[in-house]
Amino acid sequence: MIKIENLSKWFGKNQVLDNISLNVDPSEVVVIIGPSGSGKSTLLRCVNFLEKAQRGTISIDGKVYTQKSKKLNLMRQEVGMVFQHFNLFPHMTVMNNVIEGLTQVKKIPKSRAVELGKSMLDKVGLLDKADTYPAMISGGQKQRVAIARALVMQPKIMLFDEPTSALDPELVVDVLEVMKNLAGDGMTMMVVTHEMRFAREVADKVVYMDRGRLIESGTPDEIFDHPQEQRTQEFLSRIL
Amino acid sequence: MNEWITYITKYFRVFVPASVMTLKVTTFGILIGILLGMFFALMRISKYRALAVPAKAYIWVIRGTPLLLQLLLIYYGLVGVVKMDNLPAAFVALGVHNGAYIAEIFRGAIQSVDRGQTEAGVSLGMTRRKVMRRIIFPQAFKRALPSLSNQFIIALKDSSLASSIAVPELLLKAKQIGSANFKLMESLSVAAVFYLVMTSVLTIITGLIEHALKTSSRQA
Repeated sequence: MIKIENLSKWFGKNQVLDNISLNVDPSEVVVIIGPSGSGKSTLLRCVNFLEKAQRGTISIDGKVYTQKSKKLNLMRQEVGMVFQHFNLFPHMTVMNNVIEGLTQVKKIPKSRAVELGKSMLDKVGLLDKADTYPAMISGGQKQRVAIARALVMQPKIMLFDEPTSALDPELVVDVLEVMKNLAGDGMTMMVVTHEMRFAREVADKVVYMDRGRLIESGTPDEIFDHPQEQRTQEFLSRIL
Repeated sequence: MNEWITYITKYFRVFVPASVMTLKVTTFGILIGILLGMFFALMRISKYRALAVPAKAYIWVIRGTPLLLQLLLIYYGLVGVVKMDNLPAAFVALGVHNGAYIAEIFRGAIQSVDRGQTEAGVSLGMTRRKVMRRIIFPQAFKRALPSLSNQFIIALKDSSLASSIAVPELLLKAKQIGSANFKLMESLSVAAVFYLVMTSVLTIITGLIEHALKTSSRQA
């Protein structure tokens, strides 16, 4: 589904991704963990070309994309993204946030879009907030709206960039619950997170990154219970 | 006091059309300024140097020279190129002048919108142009309003410079009447009151617009 090959990226002279290769199969949930500054968010952002890698290739659903691909906008409709800081559109109501992509990108008529939006907001438990503005709801609710905004486009892949890192602890649960359900429905997901419990419970594959390198990857059991690399062991011993 | 009232009532019929002329020059100046400002702001933030450099040059030249000089240059200096009456010359000069300032106001406002907003729009599959129109610009406009209303007030007062090319606006008329009947003090004071009323109304209107747009917050 996603095939990352020999990806390298520099910010100026600073190399942030060092020859990363990673496959994500259909319906697979891949969780990327690692210390801050390890390049895990950058890797995720390279997948839908919010960041441009200088070397390597990325193919999605069998098609290779580059920064200059004309079809980048089409590809992004298939790849939903959820951000650490939600990035909801503050000048639009919750409903209009959710249907913006439908009406503006997919050109679906407003009435139909609202129907779809309603069922999606219902799914994340926020139908009653449809007419409020993002400023009026909690962080956890914002993130669930952001997930609904991405999901309503019916993407084949979902990217989550530290979706719970900006949330108060008691609000994290609801967001993780939505993500768990999504994984259960068979969504292909790439998740950057510090939620190790989520990684252990939901991930099919856990990837440990450090200083721009992919150190090791494996099933949750392999990574959490029998890490092979010393750096993985040190990282896990510090946080678990 | 009575003398003043008599004076005002006597010349009211002159001050009102003169004020209308002031408003006309201001309105056209602002409208042209907004159009140019939007255009040059977008050019200025373009990643293409061929667009950004001319915009920078425009802003640099216009902000670096006096409006009075620009006015004279357009009215007298361009005679060889295009022949313009004094009124259109005033519209153009004020428009071009305000365009440079408004371009910088828009640029600042656009760049102040969080990058995450663009990223969210782009990752929905929107084109850059659509992101600008649907996501960035509405937020930027709201942020630009306080600076814009300030600029509008400056434009209204700057319209008085059009008197130097014989546009029959408030200041010119006040000077003429005052000189004609040796009551320059009274005449200019009345003009000042008229200016103050107009700038106050402008302040109130832009304040109302700002308030109306405050339905949502900047944080999301």
